[in-house]
Amino acid sequence: MAAAVRFFILLLLFLSSLNPILSLYEDQVGLVDWHQQYIGKVKHAVFHTQKTGRKRVVVSTEENVVASLDLRHGEIFWRHVLGTKDAIDGIDIALGKYVITLSSGGSILRAWNLPDGQMVWESSLQGPKDSKTLLLVEKSSKVDKDNMVIVLGRGCLHGVSSVDGEILWKKEFDTQSLKIQQVIQPPGSDFIYVVGFSSSSLFEVYQINAKNGEELQHETAAFTGDFSQELSLVSSETLVALDAARSSLVTISLQSGKISFQQAYISHLVEGSSGPAVMLPSPVTGIFAVKINAVTVFIKVTGEGKLEVVDKTEHTTIISDALPFTEGQQAFALVQHEGNKIHLIMKLADNWGSDLLKETIEMDQQRGLVHKVFVNNYIRTDRSHGFRVLVVMEDHSLLLLQQGAVVWSREESLASIVDITTSELPLEKQGVSVAKVEHNLFEWLKGHWLKLKGTLMLASPEDVAAIQKIRLKSSEKSKMTRDHNGFRKLLIVLTRAGKLFALHTGDGRIVWSLLLPLLRYSENCQHPMGVNLYQWQVPHHHAMDENPSVLVVGKCGQSSDALGVLSFVDTYTGKVLRSFGLDHSVAQVVPLPSTDSTEQRLHLIIDADKHAHLYPKTPEAVGIFQSELSNIYGYSIEADNGIIKGHALKSKCVGKEADEYCFGTRELWSVVFPSESEKIIATVTRRPNEVVHTQAKVIVDQDVMYKYISRNLLFVATVAPKASGEIGSATPEESWLIVYLIDTVTGRILHRMSHHGSQGPVHAVFSENWVVYHYFNLRAHRYEMSVIEIYDQSRAENKDVWKLVLGKHNLTSPISSYSRPEVVTKSQSYFFTHSVKAMAVTLTAKGITSKQLLIGTIGDQVLALDKRFLDPRRTVNPTQAEKEEGIIPLTDSLPIIPQSYVTHALKVEGLRGIITVPAKLESTTLVFAHGVDLFFTQLAPSRTYDSLTEDFSYALLLLTIIALVAAIFVTWVLSERKDLQEKWR
Amino acid sequence: MEKGKAVMGSGRRWAVDFTDNSTAPSSRDIPDPPGFIRASIDQDDSALSRQKKDAEANWKAQKAWEVAQAPFKNLMMMGFMMWMAGSTVHLFSIGITFSALWQPISALQGVGKVFEPYKDNKVDLLGPKLLFIALNLGGLALGVWKLNTLGLLPTHASDWVSSLPPAQEIEYSGGCIPLQ
Repeated sequence: MAAAVRFFILLLLFLSSLNPILSLYEDQVGLVDWHQQYIGKVKHAVFHTQKTGRKRVVVSTEENVVASLDLRHGEIFWRHVLGTKDAIDGIDIALGKYVITLSSGGSILRAWNLPDGQMVWESSLQGPKDSKTLLLVEKSSKVDKDNMVIVLGRGCLHGVSSVDGEILWKKEFDTQSLKIQQVIQPPGSDFIYVVGFSSSSLFEVYQINAKNGEELQHETAAFTGDFSQELSLVSSETLVALDAARSSLVTISLQSGKISFQQAYISHLVEGSSGPAVMLPSPVTGIFAVKINAVTVFIKVTGEGKLEVVDKTEHTTIISDALPFTEGQQAFALVQHEGNKIHLIMKLADNWGSDLLKETIEMDQQRGLVHKVFVNNYIRTDRSHGFRVLVVMEDHSLLLLQQGAVVWSREESLASIVDITTSELPLEKQGVSVAKVEHNLFEWLKGHWLKLKGTLMLASPEDVAAIQKIRLKSSEKSKMTRDHNGFRKLLIVLTRAGKLFALHTGDGRIVWSLLLPLLRYSENCQHPMGVNLYQWQVPHHHAMDENPSVLVVGKCGQSSDALGVLSFVDTYTGKVLRSFGLDHSVAQVVPLPSTDSTEQRLHLIIDADKHAHLYPKTPEAVGIFQSELSNIYGYSIEADNGIIKGHALKSKCVGKEADEYCFGTRELWSVVFPSESEKIIATVTRRPNEVVHTQAKVIVDQDVMYKYISRNLLFVATVAPKASGEIGSATPEESWLIVYLIDTVTGRILHRMSHHGSQGPVHAVFSENWVVYHYFNLRAHRYEMSVIEIYDQSRAENKDVWKLVLGKHNLTSPISSYSRPEVVTKSQSYFFTHSVKAMAVTLTAKGITSKQLLIGTIGDQVLALDKRFLDPRRTVNPTQAEKEEGIIPLTDSLPIIPQSYVTHALKVEGLRGIITVPAKLESTTLVFAHGVDLFFTQLAPSRTYDSLTEDFSYALLLLTIIALVAAIFVTWVLSERKDLQEKWR
Repeated sequence: MEKGKAVMGSGRRWAVDFTDNSTAPSSRDIPDPPGFIRASIDQDDSALSRQKKDAEANWKAQKAWEVAQAPFKNLMMMGFMMWMAGSTVHLFSIGITFSALWQPISALQGVGKVFEPYKDNKVDLLGPKLLFIALNLGGLALGVWKLNTLGLLPTHASDWVSSLPPAQEIEYSGGCIPLQ
């Protein structure tokens, strides 16, 4: 048996030393992988109104994406993902052909060509301080005129030519404390107003020549009270502000640069209203909206600054931007919620009483409230006006409404994934035919006949196309049942919008989605956010009739003592099983190794006061937990203070009333990093679900090294505080990177290594007994990757074959961290060309298959790199025996083989994370990379040695067998006949 | 031959037997020809056959020794083949090694059959048999040695350790950077 295993291992080594090529053929793209493109939650949208054949809308999003979408189907024409620090502040269209974007806090202005998205020009705007940013593109009726782009950014006003991006003028303001609120250009005039507050009661107006930036006039006026800094532009010369008490409205008129105030109390305007008012942004001329408690009040400003209430509504109302409708008229849309319906009302700005359009649209409950509305009109064939409305929902989805129906929708929530877990699909039940889509026999035969033709190179081009179609549309991969190889699973994805999705790994479709009720705004939970996802219940014993469920952990707000919320969601149906708010905060969630009798996994939630709360709250769970209490430890990393602390659990909570599910903690150890020389920048542990096949590593001449495999190891990387900034901010002499391996039970530092002249950012993966980390070497001006492998020296004596044969060894007896194992480490460093966004390692079901590192490169691709390249035993001239073992000669840098890009020609824009999930088939692992885009594929790091390839021709095999059987019969008959003839002779 | 008999048994209706192997005079209906004395022939025969039998026994013993020594040639040949096959694992070397193992084993299983023809009361077959077994065991040892040089025998610690799962840990420690 052992010999056979050995033989296969040797055979595998032999095969693997043939330098595996992991690339795929062109026609294999899309067979096991899928790619989805998203843009994120839309912030601004500008409709492209030019008379081109295809109607488009240009949007900018919270994921820093500028994109042009097709209005008919919602497809992306072009898209640019700006960097994570390059947030988009404003977007507009200039000259009818350029998309102007202002980003990075008003310091970068770019123009993109509207039809194809090519960048036309870019200008960098300098200024002394951060400020509000505004983008104003001159709308001129004259086509040939050079329209100016007026930008407020970094405390300065800039006039930029929209043709080539040249900065024509720059205006700095004298008053240091001036907070500019609005930049107004009255239509048809050559000057602009810049209005703002220089103190809480001082209002300032600058009148500036739009052509050259000259200051024409400067007015200051003091108001008797204080302003709340909220300002709404009503018309080009009228503004409305709220006072500091939020009880009265101040109308400010700028008649030819002169400021005059008029104050009106809200309580006088709106009867029976009380409480602070909030201004809703309203770009519609003459009307503004104020929200008092839950009531939205629309107020019209008539001549001479008179205010007049036109409407009041208690429904949640969203106002769209203004749409230039007919000559000098503006239209706008109001969207109101009522149950699961929304009412869409189009009105003209100067005629509140009548509606242009009133539609009621049925809305999916899982989309939540409407957050933003953008309107656009079009001329129907009967020359009447039609309206298209682009709606951004609470779950970040983008919908186009037209004629009372949803034309298309995009699930933009998937562009901001917070956490991912997986779930198995239901088992195929007998009697319930899920495989309705299965081909009939004839089609099956036809498919195989085509395949056979393909194998024998007899296929015509049409046949080849047909084969490709069959392969891509295989119904097998998108079935809703578990498969034998474990390729079909559900990816459960939690997004920043608080929406949970289940994606099918076969084709990436959304199986169900759920806007978690507890992760929505409520009185008790003002700023809810989803934090993590855990597998709560994975039924094995009753897999047929029990559904698995996941635990969603959320928090009410950013602060560390914000209360937590828990939701339990069934992964087959997408229904909330239970959900409740917690009476404590959530600092850490520790899934424990044990489960209760219903296979619910025990979880410890550690709050900010370091109390541990056990879930599920059942006496049985407490019983299980109590029996293991003495062996459960915890650690906490205080990155700001540079302290790592280890804790043990106590059986009771201190300072709390009797709660049997609450456990106290006591500090066992602490590792304090000197704050003047070290700052924690990265920590990483092994994946809790990782399976390790063997504890031994066989090296040259059948020698054995014992891996030090412990789940309780923590890799910590610290850098000099000076060098914690960006690359280049510190000299090599004053920067260093120190890495530690810490046992989290005892706090013992197993290994410490320093890299002088190196700095972060550090990306690391920890698997089995090794850590690979990526950092920047300032001396070599290159990125480096290092590997540390840890071996257990105290077991190295177990080398007597007879003792091993008779089982007289202690290799499988449980070990304790307190036994102070002797470890040795081996490490090596290599140069690496790319900077890295994310790093992961392949996981397989049994841990036999060799490992690959998955590196998310700066180009938003995923690169697979064999672990063999990161083997500390590599030498420049390996011996023959070492070569046989598969050791690659040492080179100074790691090779980047273009074929080993997992994402082949695709990009996962804004790549943030890579996760790997083992399939049931040992050779294969499932890889999911997410950012703004999603990408999924299957990987076989040592190739699929345990299954036939997908293009294996069963028909050919069958045909060969039939031919052989026929040949046997024919020859048998012939030989019989010949024998008979012999007899007669 | 067998087929012929079968055909004879089923196809033909009658047959004449031209041979007569009965020797007992009582069973014969026909008297002996005159001048023929059956007893004298028998006596002559016995003296002659004794001589013959001795020669046969000698010959059998000689043959048995020859048969017993036959695996030696085989052994030499196998050794040569193994030397040719080299010490890396591939199809050729594996085939040779397994045949080198299989041949002695099958030969040892059929020791009785091999010496069947030379079975005689007067011939002592123990010596040849022992030699035969010893030589075949030698061949087997050669095969096993080859297997070992190929690295297919679990004679190293690594062979026994590889299948052992990692030891369980008593303690469990969990934690992370506090959730932001």
